[in-house]
Amino acid sequence: MTSMTMVEAIRDGIDIKLGEDDDVVVFGEDVGYFGGVFRCTSGLQEKYGKSRVFDAPINESGIVGAGVGMAAYGLRPCVEVQFADYIYPAYDQIVSEAARLRYRSNGDFTAPMTIRSPCGGGIFGGQTHSQSPEALFTHVSGLKTIMPSNPYDAKGLLIAAIEDDDPVIFFEPKRLYNGPFDGHHDRPSKNWTGHPLADVPDGHYTVPIGKASVYREGNALTVLAYGTMVHVSEAAAEETGTDAEIIDLRTLLPLDIETIETSVKKTGRCLIVHEATRTSGFGAELAAQVQENCFYHLEAPIIRVTGWDTPYPHAQEWHYFPGPARVGKAMQELMEVA
Amino acid sequence: MNNETKPFSFKVPEPTSRPGDEPDFTGMDIPAAGSVRRPDIESSAEDMKDMARTMVRVLNRDGTAVGPWADPDLSSDTLLFGMRVMLKIRAFDHRMLSMQRQGKTSFYIQCTGEEAISVAHQLTLSPGDMNFPTYRQQGLLMAQDYPLEKMICQILSNEKDPLEGRQMPCLHSAREYGFFTLSGNLGTQFIHAVGWAMASAIKGDTRIASAWIGEGAAAENDFHSALVNASVYKPPVILNVVNNQWAISSFRGIAGGDHATFAERAHGYDIPSLRVDGNDFLAVLAASNWAVKRARRDLGPTLIEWVTYRAGAHSTADDPSKYRPKDESDAWPLGDPILRLKAHLISLGIWSEQRHIQAEAEFSDEIRSATKEAEKSGVLGEGSSRSAMFENVYKEMPDHLVKQQQELEN
Ligand SMILES: Cc1ncc(C[n+]2csc(CCOP(=O)(O)OP(=O)(O)O)c2C)c(N)n1
Repeated sequence: MTSMTMVEAIRDGIDIKLGEDDDVVVFGEDVGYFGGVFRCTSGLQEKYGKSRVFDAPINESGIVGAGVGMAAYGLRPCVEVQFADYIYPAYDQIVSEAARLRYRSNGDFTAPMTIRSPCGGGIFGGQTHSQSPEALFTHVSGLKTIMPSNPYDAKGLLIAAIEDDDPVIFFEPKRLYNGPFDGHHDRPSKNWTGHPLADVPDGHYTVPIGKASVYREGNALTVLAYGTMVHVSEAAAEETGTDAEIIDLRTLLPLDIETIETSVKKTGRCLIVHEATRTSGFGAELAAQVQENCFYHLEAPIIRVTGWDTPYPHAQEWHYFPGPARVGKAMQELMEVA
Repeated sequence: MNNETKPFSFKVPEPTSRPGDEPDFTGMDIPAAGSVRRPDIESSAEDMKDMARTMVRVLNRDGTAVGPWADPDLSSDTLLFGMRVMLKIRAFDHRMLSMQRQGKTSFYIQCTGEEAISVAHQLTLSPGDMNFPTYRQQGLLMAQDYPLEKMICQILSNEKDPLEGRQMPCLHSAREYGFFTLSGNLGTQFIHAVGWAMASAIKGDTRIASAWIGEGAAAENDFHSALVNASVYKPPVILNVVNNQWAISSFRGIAGGDHATFAERAHGYDIPSLRVDGNDFLAVLAASNWAVKRARRDLGPTLIEWVTYRAGAHSTADDPSKYRPKDESDAWPLGDPILRLKAHLISLGIWSEQRHIQAEAEFSDEIRSATKEAEKSGVLGEGSSRSAMFENVYKEMPDHLVKQQQELEN
């Protein structure tokens, strides 16, 4: 066991796969010599050489497209898109190519690749360094979409993603890279040291794709969250004294509906929290599935707390970000329904 | 038949020097100032291919303007104005960097070492023309006397920020100044400029567009979209590639520009191109004038590669000592644009060391007071209105946003 930040855990996961499997290659903008603008690949080029870890031209479509070609050859690329906000030039390669290779060739060609990308706000990054575009990917058949909330899951899920035989979109909430962030931006930032989920086992292990975790147990209501919002919801539960059960989805697709169902049937109340915009966000899918599976157990309408339906603003960041006050208020509202 | 083969090797370009190495620009071919020909503006791309592998330069080592690109009619006023704007930008960048260190803005991007390009280029454009800039062309605005205080308010995201806090610092928008709204997404504006110029042609207008991109971002698909559309429709657009050698940590070779030049990319698209010393104010003026004239005479697009060096950090979030030698900037063989123009002005007898120092002090004062004034409207997002977050998403706010705004207010 070593106490790690999320950056270190991610780097460790990539390091282990590079060491174990000669077919793993890692590339992206500033990923090679420099080790990534968030340092997730620092030291890896030196360790594995430039044929395994290298810088890519500033061309996201090329990064993913070349990855698809390498995967078709038989490699397992793990590529980085510097910010999720810059993934759109690669969208066609992801949606029409990586996601469909298996289907359209009847398994003749496949794209076992991992696309890592930092997402989410909280760093004053404005509309081009803050977005959470996960729903654009969960909407696409053939992709798996993951968003970890802590170092332990990040490493285990990333290893599982690299080993997976299908393309995986791996979103890393950048505000969690160096510490758990509960949305209290005006308080001193915390680091991961001492957090139970910062204790990361040495060596190889996986966290299964498609399995949620019960992050906090409770009986009054169920919170469905992922990424940064897990920590925000935890703070909100504590500050409002709500006996909330927080489900950290970890994988958005395939969705672990069983864990969700068990919890919602127990509590009878469901709050969905995500940082992404509201309309057609992943919360809409969650609400639909909870309704389909738990309707007769619900004691109150499902509530969503999300980012507003606007581009991510710069100066108004903290009015946009669904912080613990908004989440806490929603918890109270949900509990008020008799 | 020869089927000889050997195991392939994977090739990744490397810069000549990394931290700890001696800076090394010995591989760079720099023709003597004045030695490169000046083609007729009616030349075809085919007839001027040589221009993409050399470098147009006007100022020699003594600061004298020489050769066919030297403009004998250039007025002292233009030169002095250019000098003053460059000094103002440098003082401005200096001040904004310290504002960022003091936590008064979240972010800043300087253009140190590249001032001549945007300033001299802007002087060749006319009202009504439209620039499609990147974040390193504050010179386009400064050369038009864009109000300093307004610019600072944008950077501080305060109550008087013309973009109402929605956009990151430095990502200005100023239609009245021919300055298209800046995107944080690299390269997108290059094809917009071409589209704008196509519109100008469709309408029989006489306004031209000027597109800007860094050599790193010239790897994006949009760069190629721009070139192919410019090639097909021959609209009045200037395609500027600012080759400042470094993207963030990756050098020009990672953008495919280690051996081939960026100017040469135009050839495959039948677009005339020039490669120019971007730290030579007079060369920038002359080459811009050449391209602007071509565009105005309806002769179509020109691509210009400006060879320069990013002397500062990429942004306030960057530390270049991690990936390039600390003293690489001092070793840059094309020198500093301000010092080079200064030598020229002194040689003409219209400037002096003393006037230079005086001007630096004046701008430092002017910017200090503009900053003080701007700070009265708040720093780091203070005074920005939260309801502004919901405005201008659409022309008219749809009901769901009205409701969300009410939810925030309650
Ligand atoms: C689509 C997109 N991908 C990546 C980035 C992140 N990024 C911002 S600036 C930059 C380097 C750009 O280098 P260059 O085009 O050479 O311009 P310079 O900064 O040197 O002026 C990168 C990779 C981005 N802003 N947009």
